[in-house]
Amino acid sequence: MKSWDIVGEFRMPSLGADMEAGTLVQWLKHPGDAVKRGDIIAVVDTQKGAIEIEVFEDGLIESVQVQLGEKVPVGTVLAMIHGTGPERSLVSADTAPVAAPVREALPTPAAAPPPRPGPHEESRRVRVSPMARKLAADLGVDVTRIEGTGSQGAITREDVERAVAALKKPAVQTSPALPERVGDMRAAIATAMARSKREIPHYYLSSTIDMSGSLAWLRAENEKRPVTERLLPVALLIKAVGLALREVPDLNGYWIDGAFRKGTGVHVGCAISLRGGGLVAPALHDADQMELNTLMRKLADLVARARAGSLKSSELSDPTITVTNLGDQGVEAAFGIIYPPQVALVGFGKIGERPWVGSGKIEARPLLIATLSADHRATDGHRGGVFLTAVDRLLQAPEKL
Amino acid sequence: MTPDDIKRVVIDVLTRIAPEIDPASIQSGVSFRDQLDLDSMDFLNFVLALHERFGTAIPEVDYPHLYTLDNAVAYLASKHTPAAAP
Repeated sequence: MKSWDIVGEFRMPSLGADMEAGTLVQWLKHPGDAVKRGDIIAVVDTQKGAIEIEVFEDGLIESVQVQLGEKVPVGTVLAMIHGTGPERSLVSADTAPVAAPVREALPTPAAAPPPRPGPHEESRRVRVSPMARKLAADLGVDVTRIEGTGSQGAITREDVERAVAALKKPAVQTSPALPERVGDMRAAIATAMARSKREIPHYYLSSTIDMSGSLAWLRAENEKRPVTERLLPVALLIKAVGLALREVPDLNGYWIDGAFRKGTGVHVGCAISLRGGGLVAPALHDADQMELNTLMRKLADLVARARAGSLKSSELSDPTITVTNLGDQGVEAAFGIIYPPQVALVGFGKIGERPWVGSGKIEARPLLIATLSADHRATDGHRGGVFLTAVDRLLQAPEKL
Repeated sequence: MTPDDIKRVVIDVLTRIAPEIDPASIQSGVSFRDQLDLDSMDFLNFVLALHERFGTAIPEVDYPHLYTLDNAVAYLASKHTPAAAP
């Protein structure tokens, strides 16, 4: 078919600045399958859990390039896909800039993956030691699917045994054990945060926001709602951040190759602490456009999936800003470290009763300290101030959020 | 449903939300938030699950009754009047 003539490489997308590779544990689409933008093509196991890899364009899968159990660095070609567009890598426009800075710290993707069979496996000459061939036949293993480590790539008895062991393991068991995953995640966070502090000249601002209006509105709303539809204050905060970013778009995006690149939408990364340790900040896509009910539902779903370890690739690659809310821990104010290559992070503390001075009187009111950590290369404090002021103003009219 | 039955369900709900919890370690008079590291989303899920398991409407103003195990059992028992009590 003419319209499917162009073959593109579908590459392993970036899964955030702190993630360099994942292990392929499942193919959900196979050669010959048609795929649509957003379809889950594969599952990759990482220290952030099992990540569902989404395709970015419609097309037809020609071949898959990575075998189960293989560790795939970001940027590795996962599959060849017949697409309709011009020939190019099928990495979304959204994620490509995010992927770039991650890759610079890595060996080049082309060099990184181990040698493996090309797309036309059947034409590959397979060298197999007699012992290995017998073992493979006894165990019913297809030798053309085994990676040889012997001389000139010959398949040895050990290769067959390894392949059999890999086949026997169910997919879930290929996940590293929990303590190992926590350790890997710690190391990844360390790398990303050290890089942030090394490269990003942060400036920090804070504003105290009177939350009486927002909380009163929320209380009245929740009184009318069944448990299943109740809102948490954090939904209002995220929506206010989303709307404020429309007014100050220079805080919403990435710093890449010495220049600011505006985000293609407002995708708020929500810092979610994981039970057993660690942290992920997946994106709530288009947070500025969702009505509060939808935002709340999607947030609850995102938190549940982050903790269960089943996020989507776009959620890890897309965030254009991060929000961290440490209020539940009783923290007054949170000054965060920017997640590169983003240029800003918003922190919220606890909403608590504190003295507030208004019209010459001191009153006890529920107050919230909102902070902004921002990249001084991308913006100046003035813009940051405009942003926090907008968040405050928006939270004074919760009914319009 | 006896208070013991209610207690079992409440603990089951909690351990689904925070799987690392050792049910035996829950102190009945100490707030869940203090001893179990629950955040506001966890607490909302807790209320939601209790609502599903007991079929009781739990208005937001009643949330403070659900902060400890003892209080939660007493609250749910008061809401959950058995139709055919012996």
